[in-house]
This record gives sequence, C-alpha cells and structure tokens, in this order.
Amino acid sequence: MKKKGIADSTDAGKPVYVFTLYITGNTPNSIRAINNLQAICETHIPGQYKLEVIDVHQQPALAQQEQIIALPLLIKKFPLPERKLIGDLSDTEKVLRILNLSF
Amino acid sequence: MPRSDKKNSTQVLAKKPTGINGFDEITGGGLPAGRPSLICGEAGAGKTMFSIEFIIRGALQYNEPGVILAFEEKAADLETNIASLGFDLKKLQKDKLVWIDHIHIDRSEIEETGEYDLDGLFIRLGHAIDSIGAKRVMLDTIENLFGGLSNEGILRAEIRRLFTWLKDKGVTTIITGEKGLNTLTRQGLEEYVSDCVLLLEHRVVNQISTRLLRVVKYRGSVHGTNEYPFLIDEEGISVLPVTSLKLDHEVSSLRVSSGIPTLDEMLGGHGFFRGSSILISGTAGTGKTSIAAYFADASCKRKERCLYFAFEESPRQIVRNMASIGIDLQKHKEDGLLQIHGARPTLQGLEMHLLMIHKLVRTFKPRAVILDPITNLITIGSMSEVKSMLIRLIDFLQVEGITVLFTALVYEKDNAVQTDEGVSSLVDAWILVRDLEANGERNRGIYIMKSRGMAHSNRVREFVIQDTGLELVDVYLGPKGILVGSAREAEQLNELTGVELRADALTRKDRELERKRTVLEAKIASLRDEFESMQDELNRTFREEELTKQIKEKNRQKGGKNTKQGNSGNGKSK
Repeated sequence: MKKKGIADSTDAGKPVYVFTLYITGNTPNSIRAINNLQAICETHIPGQYKLEVIDVHQQPALAQQEQIIALPLLIKKFPLPERKLIGDLSDTEKVLRILNLSF
Repeated sequence: MPRSDKKNSTQVLAKKPTGINGFDEITGGGLPAGRPSLICGEAGAGKTMFSIEFIIRGALQYNEPGVILAFEEKAADLETNIASLGFDLKKLQKDKLVWIDHIHIDRSEIEETGEYDLDGLFIRLGHAIDSIGAKRVMLDTIENLFGGLSNEGILRAEIRRLFTWLKDKGVTTIITGEKGLNTLTRQGLEEYVSDCVLLLEHRVVNQISTRLLRVVKYRGSVHGTNEYPFLIDEEGISVLPVTSLKLDHEVSSLRVSSGIPTLDEMLGGHGFFRGSSILISGTAGTGKTSIAAYFADASCKRKERCLYFAFEESPRQIVRNMASIGIDLQKHKEDGLLQIHGARPTLQGLEMHLLMIHKLVRTFKPRAVILDPITNLITIGSMSEVKSMLIRLIDFLQVEGITVLFTALVYEKDNAVQTDEGVSSLVDAWILVRDLEANGERNRGIYIMKSRGMAHSNRVREFVIQDTGLELVDVYLGPKGILVGSAREAEQLNELTGVELRADALTRKDRELERKRTVLEAKIASLRDEFESMQDELNRTFREEELTKQIKEKNRQKGGKNTKQGNSGNGKSK
C-alpha cells in the first residue's frame, strides 16, 4: 500500500474527514485529482482530514474488491454516509456539495 | 497469442473453436483468434448463454482459461444459471480455468466531478487475464456502463480503447450487446468491433418460436450468411448448418429388408437400399404406420438401432397398436434397439424439430429413422418450409448412411397422385397404399410408384392386415378387371369349384367312353361269332357235297363190279 501522504490533524470537537483516493500512476487525471482534493481540503477543512491515496496499478486485486471501474475515484468514508466521486475533482462546487463542506 | 499475421501476409485468419455444436462449421473454425467479436440480439435471445459456453468450452475442451466480466449478473447468479447446463463454475474458478468478475455500477452511488477514465476496468480485466493466463474474455453486457456513467464521450473513447487493448493482449473476446431500434446494438458497439458480428434472434411465427443465428459480418473469412436455427437445451447451444448440402455422399448397394417378405419381393427380391429414403403415402387408415412398424421391427431384428419419431401417436399407443398385428416393439425398446420419440409438431418450430432430430440421431446413432407422419408438420410451417426442412433432413441422414422412412397422409380428393409436401421427387423409393372401394367394401391396394436403381414390380397387390401381421396378396386379374377383398375371394372360390367340376365332368366322359368301347367290343365279338357260324355252315355244306360225291363215286365203281354179280349189294350200300 502506497500512501502518498497523510495529513493528520485532531482538532477536538470537529469531525475528522476520512478520504481514500484511488488513482492510476502519474496520469494527468490522477495528478489533477490529488491537487484539486488537497486544495479543497486545505481551504475548507484544514487539519481536519485523513487522506489515503492508493495507486490501483500497484494493487490490481483491490480493484475487484472495491468495485473500481472509473478512475480517479474518491471515497469519503467518514463521516457517514459514504460517498463516491469519480473524476479529477475539477468541479469544485459539486465536490463541496457532495462532501457536504459548503458551510 | 500469435500475432504472426503481419509477418506472413498469406497466412489465413486464425480462428478459435467455440466448441458450440455446429457454430464452428458455419464459420469454418470459430471466432477470429485474438480479436473481439460482437454478439447482439434482443433480451432473451441467448447472448449470455452463447458467450458463457464459449468461455467454458474453451476452458474445458481447448485448455484456454477464460474471464467472464459480468455487468448484469452476479457471480452467484451466473453459477446457478450455468449449473443447469451441467457445468460447475465454482470448480472451474477454483481450478483457475475461469475467472468471474461482477462489475457493479450504480449511478445513484457515484457522482462525476470532472475528467475520468476507465482505467479501473482495464486494471481489473488485466489482473484477471494475468492471474489465470486467460485466452478468452467475455464482456456481458458492456453497454451497462452507459447506464452507470453519464459522460458518453468518455465512455465511447474508453470502450474503443478497451477493444484495441484487448486485441493487443491477444485474447479472443466476445462482447454482448442488446439490440437497438435501428441499430444492431443500442450504443452502436458495432462501430468499434469490426471483425466479427453475430446476430441472435428469437422469432415467433404462429405462436411457435424459433431461435436464429446469423453471421452479419466476419472480416477476412468466408462464412455462411444464412439464418441458422439454433437450440438451447440441457446440453447448451446447438446450431444447425442448413446449407452445406452438396449431394456427394457415399452410396451403398447393400439392401435392407422392409420386414414384409412379399414387399421385398416386389422390390426386386431384396428390399430397399441401405441409406436410401423411402416414402409411404396413402389415405387415412391404409396401414402406413403398420408398414413403418414392420420396418422398425425388421431393423431391430437385425440388431440395428432404429429411431422412430411419432408426430401423431404417443410411443405407448404405437407399441400397443402394433402388438395387435403381432409386432412386439416393447421388447426392442427394452433391448435398447428402438427409441420412439413422440412429440406433437406444434411443440416447437420446424427448425427446432430438425435440430432435435439431428441431436437424437447423433446421440442414438441409429441405422434407420422413421418419421410418422411428415404431413403433420404442415400444421407448423408452409409447404415450402416443410419441403426445405425435409431436404435438409434427408441429406443429413444420407450423409450418415441412415435409411429413412417417411409416412405421408394424402387426401382422397386428389386420388393419391401427389403428396402434399412434394417430397416424392426427393425420395428414392415411393410406395403407395390406397383404398380400392368396390362392392360396398374398402380394401387396401399397395403398389410401388418408384424405386430408384432396382427392378421392381409394377403390379398392384392387395394389402391385408390380420392379427398375425401384414400380408400382400396378389389381386385377382380376371375378365372383370381387378378384384379385391371378398370379390377376390368369391372369384377364387368360383375358380376352384370350376376346376373341381371340370375334373368331375372329365371322369364321367371317360367312363362313358369306356362303356361304349365295351359295347362295341361285345358287338364285334358277336358278329365274329355269327360270321364263324356262317362259315362253319358253308364248310359243312361243302363237305357234305364232297362226301356225297365221294361216296357216289365209290358206289359207282362198286356197282360196276356188282352188276356183274347182280344187284344184291345195291340196296345194302344205300
């Protein structure tokens, strides 16, 4: 498991967002997705999220387990409900709305 | 996978056998090796079944592991569905011969937030292929992606990329697609798959369904272009090639008995040719089935298997009815020599019947096949359809060297000259059984309309069915024409008494002659007696005269002497 970076923060009282981002190597989509997600997180929930980036190429068996078809895929595991987003996350407004961060 | 096509341009397209009955014959070897093939059709046309059989048969028969990428059904559902064909998908997966991946995609769970690709799918598929060393892949149905993802532009580009990628991987792929309104597939997948496109159809005519398969396109290969009927049953798919009819089969000059010695006699003394086709036609109740049963019986008695297709009666009914004329079909059934297959014609379409016959012939391997009667097939098809089916059937059986006997019902009105199916020109021997009605009774006459390649009798025989069996009797040809039935019997009796009477008259005349001869001879004898007595009389007179003369002479001489001595002696001598 290749973890590209875990931004850790435990600010008491506020929920910690847990994200898993599936990407494939250094494709433009992958890179854009990582950059966009980090930008959003840093802007809206700084120090309040956990991000795990997984390169599916390295772990092909995972693709079947996680029902991965389209990439990049972002899964918000916490807080519930779990949400799945595909794409390079360039549609910031939509991402914020789905992740319920637009407060 | 060999990609040697480029190196050697003269090399023909390599093909992968599907293992599906008949399909490899139509396509001359199967699907294009290392390329994607599209199989499309409406819901329930058999696309999934065809694809799965391709994968499983590849794994089992050709040692080519396969990947099933299911977009519709879950692995467990697939396992259950395939179990009905007798394949154990679980075991195949354990043996690393088949890899099943169910791809689930739900629009409500996924939000699209910009550019994406289907690398996930590629990785999954690549992983599956590499894990088991797959040579075959099935995508069922990739169009479901269009339901789960909304960016059509990306999807189309990705699907195109997927097919190219599969081609580069060198796996033989089947892609299924649901038929669209005016296109072969809803999403126009045929644009991307340019090598081989198959179309499956499920057509219902007169409430009877027929499954059809057509090769729409097969780049770089000769293929049959017809619609081929196919069957899905407990052994999977069987496709029936309908056009490979060349009329170049082996022929036999061996003969087989019809089971009726007198009929064999009419056929040059030996019966039918082995591997020929025989038509028995006749009006209702003329004994066609009985002749067929005799033929079956004779075949079984030679220890040759016989397959009997009954379209009118149930097998038990036939066994019972034939027992009444002294044929024990039950025994042959128990010995495994006879198989009676009863089915109403309306059970399925004509092509399905043909397929079923094909399948049964292939499994039972009979030397003789009986279809009783073919006329009933008309109820499910037009005449030309029935004829075309029978041509194919006859051809198939002749190639296999199987003797086939049809019975056909003809109607009274046209006086039994032409069978309705027009098959008379196809068959090698045609025997007609017809009614001969006279003197208030119905009798059966049998004659041979034709029998190719052998001397045969031109006479009409009377055909009698008794408790003991069938018998052909010579009809009575007399001054009054052909006589049959009781008229024949009466005439025969007449003839017999005539002979008796004539014999009697003859002896009477003989006796009279004898008597006349006796009388004549008696007369002759009496005349001769008379004659003799007359002769005697005459003789006596002569003698008397002679004697008198002599005595007179003597006396005269004595008297000369006596005159000298006196007349004393004269009185004494007188």
